[in-house]
Amino acid sequence: MKLSIDTLRAARKRLLRMHFESGVGHIGGNLSALDAMLLLFHEFVGGEDRFILSKGHSAGALYVSLWSMGILDEAELELFHKDGTRLAGHPPASGIAEIPFATGSLGHGLSLAAGTALARRMSSHPGHTYCMTSDGEWQEGSTWEALIFLSHHRLSNLTVLIDHNRLQGFGFTDNIASMSRLDERLRGFDIDVLCVPGHDLDAIRAALLRPRDREDQRPRFLILETVKGHGVSFMENKMEWHYLPLDEAKYLQAVAELDRVL
Amino acid sequence: MRTQFCDAMVARAVNPKMVFFTGDLGFMALERLQTAMCSRFINAGVAEQNMISVSAAMAREGFEAWAYSIAPFCYARPFEQIRNDVCFHNLPVKLVGNGGGYGYGVMGPTHHAIEDYGVLLAFSNMTVFVPIFDEDLYRVVEIMGNLNGPAYLRLGRGESPQGRDIPSYSPWRQLTSGNGMVVIAVGPLAGSYLASCLMLSVEARPNLWALAELPLSRNGLPVELLRQIVEGPGVCVAEEHVARGGFGAELALHLAERGIHPARYRHLHARSHQYERYGSQSYLRAQSGLDTKALLSAIFAD
Repeated sequence: MKLSIDTLRAARKRLLRMHFESGVGHIGGNLSALDAMLLLFHEFVGGEDRFILSKGHSAGALYVSLWSMGILDEAELELFHKDGTRLAGHPPASGIAEIPFATGSLGHGLSLAAGTALARRMSSHPGHTYCMTSDGEWQEGSTWEALIFLSHHRLSNLTVLIDHNRLQGFGFTDNIASMSRLDERLRGFDIDVLCVPGHDLDAIRAALLRPRDREDQRPRFLILETVKGHGVSFMENKMEWHYLPLDEAKYLQAVAELDRVL
Repeated sequence: MRTQFCDAMVARAVNPKMVFFTGDLGFMALERLQTAMCSRFINAGVAEQNMISVSAAMAREGFEAWAYSIAPFCYARPFEQIRNDVCFHNLPVKLVGNGGGYGYGVMGPTHHAIEDYGVLLAFSNMTVFVPIFDEDLYRVVEIMGNLNGPAYLRLGRGESPQGRDIPSYSPWRQLTSGNGMVVIAVGPLAGSYLASCLMLSVEARPNLWALAELPLSRNGLPVELLRQIVEGPGVCVAEEHVARGGFGAELALHLAERGIHPARYRHLHARSHQYERYGSQSYLRAQSGLDTKALLSAIFAD
C-alpha cells in the first residue's frame, strides 16, 4: 500500500517520542534513514522478502517502521530501551521474525544480506533481499569484502540502500576518511548504482522500480542523499545529534517543526 | 586428516542443502569435494570475515554451511563474525580450521592455532571437535554435520599407532590401562603418546585417555575415568593449546567444584607465540614440553 504523508508524519513523530521518552540518542541517523525504511516496508518488503539493517544504530527507525506496519504494537515501543524490552538500542538477535540478525557492529549487514540473497537464489526462492548501510560503514574492510562477493556472484535479487548523510560518529566523513565520490568508487565494482534524493519518496520509489535489461544481473545500489536529523532544524547536519538525547523543550520544538514541514 | 575429511565430506555432499565455503585454500586436498559439489563449493576468496557472515546467513536460510580455512584465519580473523552473526543466533555453521595447534610448524606464528578452542568455547552453544586419528573423520563429520548449533573442527595430523587397531570413534577413549597416573590428551597428541605408554610396565603405565570433543559438559567424565582420578596417583592433562581457556583449566574447575582433589595435577600445554626460533610441529611440541619425553618426565616426577 502506498506510503501516505499521514503515515510518514505519524512515524516521524512516534520516533521522536520514543527517543525522547527513553532518553536515547542516535536520533540524527534515525531521521535520515526513516523515510526510505518506511517506504520499503510499506511498498516493497513482502512476506517472502528480507530486510537487513546493517546500520544497527538506526534501530529506532526500524522499530517504528514495524510499528507502522502493525508488526510491533504500542506497548512494545513504550518499552524501547528500558529494562525487559525486546527493543534494544540495536536490533535484537531473536524474537522478531522481521529482524533476522542482531546488528550494530558496523560492517556485518552487507555480508549477511549477500548470504541471504545467495541462499535464496540457490533455493529458487522468489524473495528479494534489501539491506541498508550507513555511509561511514564503508570504512569497514568487511563491507568491501561483501561488495566484491555480491558483485562477483551477480546477486540481482539484492538491493542495497546507503544512507549517505555525510556525518559519522565524530565528524564529517569527508574530513575523516573520505570516500568521495562514493558512487564513482562503487561503480568500479560493476554494480548498478543510482544516486537518489533520500527524502523524496517518489524518487526512491522510482529508483527501486526502475526497469533493467533482462541480462543485467548486477545488484542494485541506491545512494540516498540524506540529511542527518532530517526535518528538525536544530538537528540537521549536526554531528552531536548522533548522540544527544532530547529534553522536553527540544522535543516539543522538533514535533512542531515536523508538523510544519509535512 | 584433510584426505579423510574430504572423503567424509564427499560422502555427505549428496545433501543438496549442503554448501561449502573455502577461504581460497584446499589445493591438493579438496579438489574431489569441489568436483562433487559443483556450484555448492564456493571459493569465497581471501575474505574470511565475509565468508563467515555469508555462511551464517545461508545457515539462517536452511543450508548446512561449512566454512574452511587455515585454522587461525578461520577463527581469529573473523572473530566478531563468529560471535555476532553465528553464535548470537545459534546458527549451525560448521567452522573447519586446518592445521590446529602447531600444525603449520615452521610456517611461523601467524599460522599457529594454539588458542582456538579456548576462544571459541567462550561462546554459548559452541561445540569443538579435535579428532585423534584419521579414522575418526567420517564419524566426526557426520556428528558435526547433524548438529543444530555452531561447531568448530580442529583438523590436525593423525598419529595412528603402527600395528595396533584404532578404537572406534567416541568423545572419550581409553587407549592404555595401568596403575600409573591418568593422562588425558586432547586431539592427536594422544596418538603421539600411545607407543611410549605401551612400552611401560603395567605398574608404571598411565591410563591414557583421548578426548575429542569439548566442552566437558557435552559428554561428561566417563565413570571409569572418574574412578581412576579419585583413586589413582594423579592426573596429567596434555593439550596443544595455551593454558588459559584450555581443557586443563576446565577439568580442574570441574573437579574442584565437586570436591574431588586428585593426588597430583599436571598440565602440559602450548607455551606461547613468543619463540625466537621455529621448527616442525614436533620441534614446537618439544619446546612447549608437550612431547613424549616431557610427558614421561611429568608423570614420573615426584
